[in-house]
Amino acid sequence: MSTDRAPRLLSRISWWDAAIIVVTAVVLAVAAGAVDNFGTGRNFGFLVLDLLPIALIALPMTFVVITGEIDLSVASTLGLTSAVLGSLWNRGLPMETIIPLCVLLGAVLGAVNGLFVTVFKLPSLAVTIGTLALFRGLAFVVLGDSAVADFPASFTSWVTGTIGTTPIPNVLVLLVLLAAVAGVVLHATPVGRAVFAVGANEQAARFSGIRVDRLKFWLYVVSGAVAGLAGVLWTLRYSSARADNGLGLELAVVAAVLLGGVSIFGGRGALPGVLAGVVLLATLQNALRLSDVTNEALNVVTGVLLIVSVLLPNLGRSLRAALRRRRHRVVRQT
Amino acid sequence: MARPDATPLLEVCDVVKSFGAVAAVRGASFPLYAGEAHALVGENGAGKSTVVKVLAGVHRPDGGTLRVDGKPVDFGTPGEAKAAGIAVIYQEPTLFPDLSVAENIAMGRHPTGRFGGIDRAAMRREALALFERLGVRVDPARPARGLSIADQQIVEIAKALAGRARVLVMDEPTAALTGVEVERLFAVVRALRADGAAVLFISHRFEEITALCQRVTIMRDGAHVSTDPIEDLTVPEMVRRMVGRELGALFPKQDVDPGEVVLEVSGLRRAGVFTDVTFQVRAGEIVALAGLVGSGRSEVVQAVFGVDGRDGGTVHVDGRAVRAGSPRAAMAAGMALVPEDRRQQGLVMDLSIQRNVTLPRSGALAGFGLLLGGAERREARRWTERLQTKYGDLGDPVGTLSGGNQQKVVLAKWLATRPRVLIVDEPTRGIDVGTKAEVHRLMSELAADGVAVVMVSSELPEVLGMADRVLVMREGRVVAEIDRADASEEAVMFAAMGQGVVA
Repeated sequence: MSTDRAPRLLSRISWWDAAIIVVTAVVLAVAAGAVDNFGTGRNFGFLVLDLLPIALIALPMTFVVITGEIDLSVASTLGLTSAVLGSLWNRGLPMETIIPLCVLLGAVLGAVNGLFVTVFKLPSLAVTIGTLALFRGLAFVVLGDSAVADFPASFTSWVTGTIGTTPIPNVLVLLVLLAAVAGVVLHATPVGRAVFAVGANEQAARFSGIRVDRLKFWLYVVSGAVAGLAGVLWTLRYSSARADNGLGLELAVVAAVLLGGVSIFGGRGALPGVLAGVVLLATLQNALRLSDVTNEALNVVTGVLLIVSVLLPNLGRSLRAALRRRRHRVVRQT
Repeated sequence: MARPDATPLLEVCDVVKSFGAVAAVRGASFPLYAGEAHALVGENGAGKSTVVKVLAGVHRPDGGTLRVDGKPVDFGTPGEAKAAGIAVIYQEPTLFPDLSVAENIAMGRHPTGRFGGIDRAAMRREALALFERLGVRVDPARPARGLSIADQQIVEIAKALAGRARVLVMDEPTAALTGVEVERLFAVVRALRADGAAVLFISHRFEEITALCQRVTIMRDGAHVSTDPIEDLTVPEMVRRMVGRELGALFPKQDVDPGEVVLEVSGLRRAGVFTDVTFQVRAGEIVALAGLVGSGRSEVVQAVFGVDGRDGGTVHVDGRAVRAGSPRAAMAAGMALVPEDRRQQGLVMDLSIQRNVTLPRSGALAGFGLLLGGAERREARRWTERLQTKYGDLGDPVGTLSGGNQQKVVLAKWLATRPRVLIVDEPTRGIDVGTKAEVHRLMSELAADGVAVVMVSSELPEVLGMADRVLVMREGRVVAEIDRADASEEAVMFAAMGQGVVA
């Protein structure tokens, strides 16, 4: 009995999480050694700013994917809030008012997704592909091809700045805070328990008194709100409100979440893995960009990572299942 | 007509089929002769459906043989059964809704024209000829979508005949039909018989069996009981043979003086599913909902618990109304439902035993909104130990447990909520005899502690052994209420099959 205690404990730590963290460490080390300028404090700041929107949106996306749904409209929500931010600033509203309004707008856009998924029972893939196009279109209606750029320096410099004289970016503090909240909610609260139960077996969750639709609705609202916040930060970072901000970002977010070990079929995943997935993706992109790899080639990397991250856990699981069957058979024979 | 000396079209000899440790069919034997309609009857779980699936080539028997025209056959796939001339018409037809009737009939063997294209005229001619042979009128050009269930069955039969089927197996074909439609189906079956086909007819309705069939085979607990000409058997004799089991002391229900009314359901209605369901359950009472599969029992308890909505009626617990359509509200009122389908409704198979046990109570177990594992672990350990559940580690996925232990986890999960009203739907389905007795003892103890228990069960011995009162449902209505003293297997079966209660 005591002999199989240890492997059981080991098997509880997901091998994929472990693998992704090791790979991330290796990529970081190789990049630091081989890529010029990668290891500098300045580049660290850029790296954090690069991964910030992906990481932020990946937090609620993790919840959504674990419940077995998906939200592909996040990048368009980001674009629309960015456009609205620019437009409101042009009309002379103060930043202190605009920023909460933008987060609220994101929440409302998320509620639209949530409504279609939970009340009209439409598949989230279809709904959020629709709103992906819809929200992006609205962004162009709001701002057209123009850009708004004259944002107050106090706001833009906070986003790009660091804490005092340290190389730690201000936004990293925000990210760590939100990630901690997301991690605790997912892994140590009744809401988190419900998220996993819904993703693994929605019917059984309903029979257990979990309000499935309500849960999903609020996850979409949070997803939209966080995408709205990411839109604000994106706009301030580049000091540029444009309708096409964050175009295609949803792919990077989904790739990072899946790379982080979350099952596209729902029911499985962990937040530390997702954060490692974000870091891995962003590091690869950053290092390749420093090595003068083109943006088109970067898309190839994102695409390959996405497929690999869906393929490998499935292969791994069937492999382990086969091994377990063999072990059982051996046990039974002896 | 059937002659004992003739070679049967199809002969089933000592067919045995087990699923894991459960023996679904333990030796079924009967011949089917050309030109006869042969009834196959038995209680739920008697093994009829398994026999049908063996004939359809869906399941391969573990032992015994099938003979077609006296020659042994071995069906590896449904296609092979079809090629041997055996067609199965299921209760719910499986047509392609967007294809025309003629296309459905020709599916898989489309007649082709000169250039390899589909010969639509030939397809239409074939369909019309088949319908004429069956004596029915269905437009071959219309899509299958929108046809009544009865018409869809006719199309299925035509499809079977087009495939040169000589043995038709009909698995409860009349369950969803109206009286007129049943008559037409019977006319079709009689026409087929006259043509020399053999029909195996499965039904729970005795009046249909006596009206249509020449011989009847009775199964019980997976075993063959008898095969006789219909005129040698009376309906009461058939019922006795179907249910005639020894009622041991396996199901002890302690006698409890019932207390106050705890659960009160009145006028509960759900359109097209059940109607006007009214009953009360007192503290300490076990009330059984009996009836055939499909009579609406599970649907009633799911509406009471709020998993499904309701179109009318009220549910009260301890005199307080319970909101419709909300399991949350039902749980807050003190209700718990151990559902019928353990794998889909009772448990989240991928989650650990611990998470499953504590899922309905995770809110109550959290301290300052947080669940750090300790409280869940203690709670799960307490209840699984109380139910003597066998497991390796509370962190193992619940799917790794045996069926009986899984059922104990479901019970633990709901007992942990300390319910005033415990609803159990098929509490002992698919679990071994030992665990069954434990579950029964547990339910009896709970009732003795003042819990009001509602039990849905298809197992008559369980119903008779456990229940203080038996409510019998048929076609969405409560058709009889039988007290423990008057309850017998025959009385319940008669009521369930619509034969009225006999004293």
